Amino acid sequence: MKLVIYYLIYPGFVFASIIGLLSTWFDRKLSARIQWRQGPPWYQSFADIGKLLYKEVIIPKEANRSGFIVAPLFGLAAATLAVTIQGVSTINPTAGFIGDIIVVWYLFAIPAISLIYIGSTSGNPLSSVGVSREIKLLLSYDLPMVILIVMIASKVGGFTIGSITEWQRINGSIIGHWYGVIGFIIAIFCIQAKLGRVPFDLAEAETELGSGILMEMSGAVLAAYVLSQAIALFGLSYFLIILFWGGVSGGIGILWAILKYLLIMVLLILLKNTNPRLRIDHAMKFFWGWMTGGAIIAGILAYLGV
Amino acid sequence: MDILKKSFKKSIWVFHLSTAACNNCDIEVLELLTPRYDIERFGMKLVGSPRHADALLVCGAVSAHAKPRLLEVYRQTPKPCLVVLFGSCACSSGIFRDSYSIVGPVDKILKKEDPDVKIVYIPGCPPKPEAMIEGIVMGLGAL
Repeated sequence: MKLVIYYLIYPGFVFASIIGLLSTWFDRKLSARIQWRQGPPWYQSFADIGKLLYKEVIIPKEANRSGFIVAPLFGLAAATLAVTIQGVSTINPTAGFIGDIIVVWYLFAIPAISLIYIGSTSGNPLSSVGVSREIKLLLSYDLPMVILIVMIASKVGGFTIGSITEWQRINGSIIGHWYGVIGFIIAIFCIQAKLGRVPFDLAEAETELGSGILMEMSGAVLAAYVLSQAIALFGLSYFLIILFWGGVSGGIGILWAILKYLLIMVLLILLKNTNPRLRIDHAMKFFWGWMTGGAIIAGILAYLGV
Repeated sequence: MDILKKSFKKSIWVFHLSTAACNNCDIEVLELLTPRYDIERFGMKLVGSPRHADALLVCGAVSAHAKPRLLEVYRQTPKPCLVVLFGSCACSSGIFRDSYSIVGPVDKILKKEDPDVKIVYIPGCPPKPEAMIEGIVMGLGAL
């Protein structure tokens, strides 16, 4: 019973989707202000979801009917589960299980995999171009991020979220060290790619492929995708706070956590608004070259204890 | 379902479809995204796929070549959707009215396909951005 409440209400589905949708609005509003526009009102993301639920769902003739409807729900469920694991470990640091930090990272990969499934089943040629790019992107950002996670886990001597936050409470946050700073910069890029936001939005590529991988989604199917994307935006920023910035503690710590969260959001939004879209070979070269090299250097620095 | 209908009016995603337009209206559409007119204030945005669209923004008199495409895109758009005829050519074929290659104004073609299609007319050559914002808002009131 307790687990159901954790999963569905707090810190799971309802809480994460409200925060995630507000963050999506914050993203759009700040982007608009950067471009000297007014931007949408605060309820815009909620209105988008409501609108999409009101619309008709069209399933392409070539598509696998049940798969087309179920796949985005899988993505939504996985993103919610990842946020729930992080939230429960924050409420009670001993609640985690060994390896939960890796599990959380790979649960966030499931929305991308379900998107790949939808894109390839929809039978749209532009979607299939998007699918091939999404798969390559998934392979490329995973490597540096997993190196970073293993680095932090071996530094703190434990593969659970609880042990990482506990170590940082005693020894100060990881971002206070050089290896933490390098790791944080790399992780910001990885998360931007994971969310498919602007320098790495090759799979969607609004101006090039129409909407690429999302092309055939409509109505409630698209709503599930948008919601899972909002939850992942919240969850992954929170993941960064846990990994590098000491997690969340009670009392005044909640206020600090909100400030940290807003700062990470601003970094992600600035990255989005100041960069053009990369080509897929450039993106892969960027992640497997610069970012992986940086992650290895960060690992060496962490081993030396700088 | 009232709240869903209300949110529909607050979040219109527009797909821009050019059916043999002279490009003048198409350029005016882009003006709506600039800081001065910023339609994102009303939750509208341009999308790249008709599957995501709530409003089809049709520019231009329909040539024989463009007619099947227009019908195809209209069928691809999930209903309920609004069709906005942008410019004199789309509303009434404009100065191309009796040309040999023009198969008639958009509304006649679409009404043959779907009798209860919801159409907003915004005349002008090209219409001002203010006129377009007002047109869509009036169309939403009639939905």
